Amino acid sequence: MSNIKLRKVDVIFSPYSVAPYEILKNAMKRSKDEVVQELIDSGLRGRGGAGFPTGLKWKFAKQQESDQKYVICNADEGEPGTFKDRKLLVEVPRKVISGMAICAWAVGASKGYIYLRREYRYLVSHIEEELELYHKFAKEAGLDFKIEIFMGAGAYICGEETALIESMEGRRGEPRNKPPFPIKNGYLGKPTVVNNVETFASATMVCRMGADEYKKLGTDDQRGSKLFSISGDSPKKGVHELELGMSLEDFANEFGDGDTKAVQVGGVAGFCIPKKQFKTTIIGEGNTTGGSTMIFNSTRSMYNVLHNYLDFFAEESCGQCTPCRVGTQQLLKGIEAVKSKKKPPEYLDQLVKLAETMRLTSKCGLGQSVTNSFSSIVKNFREEMIY
Amino acid sequence: MAEVKELVKELVDKYGRERKNLLPVLQGIHLETNYLSKEAMLEVAKQMDLSAAEIYGTASFYSFLDTKADGKYKIRVCKSITCEMAGKSEIIRTLEDMLKVKVGETTEGKRFSLLETNCLGLCDQGPAMLINEEFYTQLTPAKVRKILGEYIRNKY
Repeated sequence: MSNIKLRKVDVIFSPYSVAPYEILKNAMKRSKDEVVQELIDSGLRGRGGAGFPTGLKWKFAKQQESDQKYVICNADEGEPGTFKDRKLLVEVPRKVISGMAICAWAVGASKGYIYLRREYRYLVSHIEEELELYHKFAKEAGLDFKIEIFMGAGAYICGEETALIESMEGRRGEPRNKPPFPIKNGYLGKPTVVNNVETFASATMVCRMGADEYKKLGTDDQRGSKLFSISGDSPKKGVHELELGMSLEDFANEFGDGDTKAVQVGGVAGFCIPKKQFKTTIIGEGNTTGGSTMIFNSTRSMYNVLHNYLDFFAEESCGQCTPCRVGTQQLLKGIEAVKSKKKPPEYLDQLVKLAETMRLTSKCGLGQSVTNSFSSIVKNFREEMIY
Repeated sequence: MAEVKELVKELVDKYGRERKNLLPVLQGIHLETNYLSKEAMLEVAKQMDLSAAEIYGTASFYSFLDTKADGKYKIRVCKSITCEMAGKSEIIRTLEDMLKVKVGETTEGKRFSLLETNCLGLCDQGPAMLINEEFYTQLTPAKVRKILGEYIRNKY
């Protein structure tokens, strides 16, 4: 494990290059394999939370033989504590669109969608203006790739890529079994690249800077810079771009209010790290993150925090698989029973086992990751769960 | 019911009859009529050649598609942890006092529905709420009284 000093950088929100779509134009002068290789070399990983290497995803999609391929930008930003994608779409939408277009050109897709969460409907006219500019450019450049906005209808689970695709196909947003992965069998059964908003913007920056320059940022394990959405007990709430690889201790010192007790890294699907582990925790290492970081100070009840999370999970579970549907509700009832003394403190151990079982048996990331925050809070703040 | 039929036809013509266009069609109806009536869903089933159960099953999955009539203005207060820490409960109490309804209820005359919702992506500016498409941040009881007062006086 190696970590570097906390450093603010200005890559993703840096000003546009002089002419619109200059980076896209330059990319199109190179060979497709070269551009995909550049992405692989950069070490860029998906910025939505799962952290799959972006270049590899594009490479696999490129290898698929198909009459039609799709590129989808996942703007269903629903993880509690995350708001960086909104800011990206407001401030540098052209970088996001460029990334989509570079991807489409490289993998051979002619149709793209921005799946925008319903809560962000107020962004539609702004994004449409940008799309108009892009389509004008694409026409001049002879690039056959059109982008449309697809409006979500309000469901956290649709941030999961196969649920998102189900939703786009006019169904309930229930995740599919994987494999097959979307790069083989995605939207309407065709090869589909689904990437997060920030991933596309970062891909644009990789093309602008070159892989060598880009990977100077970060550590061996995690290259580049990342947007962090910071909220909770912090005097510096907002979106901050940081070089990857810093310790949570540096992070808490910089963004906490001096009384930080715990930090939730990676949204409610991530881990709750107590102060005693700040020094040894490198953000993103072994716990890839979409960048949601919620800071709690010593006045906060971790029971209330966990209760809020479980209430969220129970509501947003799509209900399709039993471990998640029943498990989320039982965990919620369980901590209430311990708190009200209807169950003994040891019952918490049984609940931790249940959460572990959910990790092993749930169909998708939602049910599988409940145990991350559940176990980390119950284990580290056990007294608060009981008294 | 002729109106619903016309509306559905218009939307189905615009987006297409394939299943993949179901969400845009339902959202189009919702925008016009503020909810999805049974008649509208049956009409969509007929025109898109799908079973009515499939339409209802899909519609009822999503929190922004309502299958029963409620308020013209939907107030959605974010209940995520950081908005809760920033004082969401006080905001809810203020709204409940002003509207004389509880969370999940609709005022008489179906003007306002008061709802709680999951993360609105405004966590750095909480407490936050949406009223239909408009968002409001850094709420305080005084600010809520002012905003809602304007709606009540029918400024909008």
